[in-house]
Amino acid sequence: MWSYDKILEFPVKIKNPNPALAKIIISQYGGPDGELAASIRYLSQRFTMITPEAIATLNDIGTEELAHLEIVGAMVHQLMKNASIEEIERAGVGPYYTDHGKGVYPQAAAGVPFTAAFIQVKGDPIVDLTEDLAAEQKARGTYEWLINQTDDPDVLEPLKFLREREVVHYQRFGEALRKVQDYLQEPRLFIMPKPDFMNRND
Amino acid sequence: MININNMMELKRELSAVHMMLEELQLYLNTHPSDRDAIAKRNLFAKQYKGLKDEFNKSYGMISQDDSFSPYPWQWVDEPWPWEYEANFKL
Ligand SMILES: [Fe+2]
Repeated sequence: MWSYDKILEFPVKIKNPNPALAKIIISQYGGPDGELAASIRYLSQRFTMITPEAIATLNDIGTEELAHLEIVGAMVHQLMKNASIEEIERAGVGPYYTDHGKGVYPQAAAGVPFTAAFIQVKGDPIVDLTEDLAAEQKARGTYEWLINQTDDPDVLEPLKFLREREVVHYQRFGEALRKVQDYLQEPRLFIMPKPDFMNRND
Repeated sequence: MININNMMELKRELSAVHMMLEELQLYLNTHPSDRDAIAKRNLFAKQYKGLKDEFNKSYGMISQDDSFSPYPWQWVDEPWPWEYEANFKL
């Protein structure tokens, strides 16, 4: 279960509305490498994970990604909130506005709605952790492409924070994968000397 | 009357201490035998609890399951964390 703290993990305080930015940042809300995909991927994979370290890692990173989903949602919300209809139209956000108004809808930057097809849950610890390592790198990459597209410091700071978290998560998943590999390679047979009678050829 | 600056200062501290907790907890999940890190984590957990209690006393509910409410029920009070006004300036 979860318990809610009424505070963001990292503050979002964006002065200037900017619907064009909202429209691309939303990809980290509901896009292929976004926080919703990350969270639901890890929280679903944990049920069949092995080794205490890797299970806890999935559980807790999946939980932190929920806090990141909230941060990204707050960014989109604040970037849209005080935007005028003219600003929204001029930014090319008319189509989004038509379907969702100023609501925060989980979709990718190009408009593809969130789908579970963005993620995989294989039920195999090596497969799942390997996917998670890639997922963290893809999220880091997305944050970098977003950072390249703005110079608003109010937007840059939370983006930089979120990017750094992906680097930390990648490290932790790497350690979890190593634990799982070590565990799978551990000899689990208790070998005893072969009794003589089994060596007789008669 | 609530002093907004003091409230934001407390949120800043909460946020910093929470970050240390988050970081140490993830680290400990893959390094469960690091005694120093456990001691640090427990210290930050104590600090976080203290700061949340202080926030609860002065500025209202912050923790769904731990904070106490006066009358009327305070959990519904705005602003919620995703609003501009709820956040401190970096
Ligand atoms: Fe992540």
